[in-house]
Amino acid sequence: MSNPLADMDKPDVIFCIGTNMTECHPVAATRLKRALARGAKMIVADPRRIGLAEFADVHLPLRVGSDVSLLLAMAHVIVREGLVNEEFVGARTAHGEDFMQHVAQYTPEWAAEICECDPADIEKAALLYGGADRGAIYYTVGITEHICGVDNVQSLCNLALMTGNLGREGTGVNPMRGQNNIQGAGDAGALPNNYPGFQTVTDPAHQEKFHKAYGRKVDLETGMTKVTALDLCGDGIHAMIIDGENTLVTDPDRHHCEHALKSLDCLVVIDIFMTETAKVADVVFPATAWAETDGVCTNTERRVQRLRAAVPPPGEAKPDWWILSQLARRMGWQGFDFGSAREVFNELCALSPLYNGLDWDRIDRGEYQWPVPTRDHPGTPRLHEKRFENGRGIFKMLEYRDPEETISDEYPMWLTTGRRLPQYHTRTQTGRSDGIDYLLSEETLEVHPDDLARLGLEDGGWAEMSNPRGCLHVKVRATPKSPKGTVFASFAFEDVPVNVLTGGGYDPVTQTAALKACPVALKPVGPPPALGQVGAGSPLGAPVL
Amino acid sequence: MKQNGSPSTNGTALTLTLDGEKVTFSSGETLYEVAERHGREIPTLCYDPRLEPFGGCRLCVVELEGARNPVASCTMEAQPGMRVRTRTAALEVQRRILMEMVASENRDTDVDPMHGYASQEMADLLDRYDARTGRFQGALSGTSRPDDDNPFIKRDYENCISCYRCVRVCAEQEGDYAISVMNRGFHTQITTEFGGLLKDSACTFCGQCIQTCPTGALGDLKALANRDVPGETETTRTICPYCGVGCSVDVMTRGEKIVGILPAMDGPANEGSLCVKGQFAFDFVHHPDRLATPFVRDDETGELRPASWDEALDFAAGKLNKVVKDHGRRAVYGIASGRAPHEAAYMMQRFIRAGFGTNHIDNCSRA
Repeated sequence: MSNPLADMDKPDVIFCIGTNMTECHPVAATRLKRALARGAKMIVADPRRIGLAEFADVHLPLRVGSDVSLLLAMAHVIVREGLVNEEFVGARTAHGEDFMQHVAQYTPEWAAEICECDPADIEKAALLYGGADRGAIYYTVGITEHICGVDNVQSLCNLALMTGNLGREGTGVNPMRGQNNIQGAGDAGALPNNYPGFQTVTDPAHQEKFHKAYGRKVDLETGMTKVTALDLCGDGIHAMIIDGENTLVTDPDRHHCEHALKSLDCLVVIDIFMTETAKVADVVFPATAWAETDGVCTNTERRVQRLRAAVPPPGEAKPDWWILSQLARRMGWQGFDFGSAREVFNELCALSPLYNGLDWDRIDRGEYQWPVPTRDHPGTPRLHEKRFENGRGIFKMLEYRDPEETISDEYPMWLTTGRRLPQYHTRTQTGRSDGIDYLLSEETLEVHPDDLARLGLEDGGWAEMSNPRGCLHVKVRATPKSPKGTVFASFAFEDVPVNVLTGGGYDPVTQTAALKACPVALKPVGPPPALGQVGAGSPLGAPVL
Repeated sequence: MKQNGSPSTNGTALTLTLDGEKVTFSSGETLYEVAERHGREIPTLCYDPRLEPFGGCRLCVVELEGARNPVASCTMEAQPGMRVRTRTAALEVQRRILMEMVASENRDTDVDPMHGYASQEMADLLDRYDARTGRFQGALSGTSRPDDDNPFIKRDYENCISCYRCVRVCAEQEGDYAISVMNRGFHTQITTEFGGLLKDSACTFCGQCIQTCPTGALGDLKALANRDVPGETETTRTICPYCGVGCSVDVMTRGEKIVGILPAMDGPANEGSLCVKGQFAFDFVHHPDRLATPFVRDDETGELRPASWDEALDFAAGKLNKVVKDHGRRAVYGIASGRAPHEAAYMMQRFIRAGFGTNHIDNCSRA
């Protein structure tokens, strides 16, 4: 996030797009609700009538994957109505004039043909955000998990730049990160293009810095992304080490993924449970879990916080850093003699410009938000206050692109996926915590009531959902939460493995999978043979947690 | 969270007299906040610093010069020149009688601390005011809901004192408005819309109502299920393991067992808020499915079998070295986790970079 969580109750106008915050980031959503109680206005752009939409002044139920068209049209209206913050654009941005000309062609009526929203609502949303003194944008993977994920994010940046909604309290472009340390995994350098602290691997100076630190010269060439690596399993990539990811279930196109992992000569998995992915490994190392591990994590607002062990781990489970450093020693490598999480974190701090001012003791109370470049630096709750990291904020001339796969006579419905409040990801943890299943014990496919008849489905009945990649059976729930033509399911339950169907391409820049827009066919099927036994009817067989 | 203004409005410090002492205050502060900041321990039951002042319990009343009756300090804004007394004989008598009356409506005056964060507030005040006299023992107010079969929130309204903290936290802090108040006076009852189960209401089971309840009328059923685990309860500050908001929690343990979760009121990201997962989904840690030993795939059977660390590490190193020998150093790929700490991700990239000299490293954020 460009701005701190504490800013979330301060905007005049909140623009949430592709974020089901009340279910996926519930505590952050409470801050938005407080802003609304104070009188803030809210625009919610989401194909589904999600919880936030109930509080919205404008809900834009856009067709999945059409975000760029909507955002271009909003920019168009902001220019047309004279709501551009000329002072900000002049002082802090580049290519503003080109951009204003670029969007002249993209009217709300043009966008409405693509995003299927009412042009009047697009106007209203643009006037609200464009007229805000403090406008704040919040998004999640509903924006990024598309073939145009980067374009989507840049479209949002364009809106913030043209209205000057950056670098001030209650503004910003704020991605809500979905995992407790997904920000930290990137900060720590687990990226093919960056060393720790987002130092590019292609820069010889960085290469030299890490050569000195690690005693080995690392390639100047960017590594491949996980997506490419999975594509090349058995053909270039022959060994993988996977830490704490149930790749088989969470990644798109499960059959492809399963084939990939099985074609490796060596798969090493580090995890706390025998996940589906661990089951196909050659070696499985038992890791300590949350509440058993001392360490550090960074949240969505770049706040660096301590994780502390409260109980001992089961049996011989060990911290991930210990496992990897021991493995390194068995490989015959020098320089992996770490004795504690503190030593590991302090090495990271020493090598990362974003963390240079930090160490294990300084983050004890969690008051620092990076960058913290020096010891006397107070941290950076709000980015871009005085200047942008690279000088000027650059407008991007974007154009709308269709998803790689679009609906057809054969596959006439859009499937979009996500999380539900009580369950998390593939239920490896929430499914093993008492009581959570009381709130949600099975997956259902959310279908608009008007689509039932067209598809021959019944509320509470079963449907076969398929596309060329796979097929599954799922119970149907009629709800106006789904827009007509779009169905929704979470990927939480093993007996409804929606990721056998997803996989219609990747963003060309980030190679983020297009998990949010997937054409499918639906037809009625009978109930599973042993009714009442969850998952018995699944083509993949009985559920495994 | 309320924002206090600057210490002065026009350059001169704002002052009032507190128990004979001249003290400064900020514009917008209440008398309760001023007094608390100056070390006075004014009793309260309906007060939660995160919520709008309510003025319901009348325990925080103070004497204000010029006012006919004592005033509720939690709702009275401090004004320059006020003369306030927080602890007089008359106030203490009034508070004691109030505590005796409040306690008389409840079935239990002492509840297990596992009920929740604030659950001992009433019992502590009864001790402080020596108010366990039983002088007013009579009917119980509030009807418990043992029919609510939810596994998280105990609804024992026979111990409810109608302080409305649960209703207010649900509305003001969570924005959920799942619970409300029915009837008036002695017959006041906390209820959901249509008086049904929490599951059928707007309740998200965030547990905030439990944690603000000062009497144990609401209780954390998951923690209470561990009330007989031997040992003293200890707490450890850490961060919730689920989404990226990074809520601070205090993990309650007894011996080697996690027995419950308390929200950290001073957590910078959450300021005391939690969701159903952070509050209740902690016991996966102790699940029997947890891996407790390494496993290697047996050459003969083709199945995974338990192994020692020595064997498993050598086995993995041997396999990786063979891949490098057969296919080169670029044939190995590492995937770090967004659920493990920095040290895990850092060590994974260090393993790949320092070990193989490549950048074949990623994390799980692309899918």
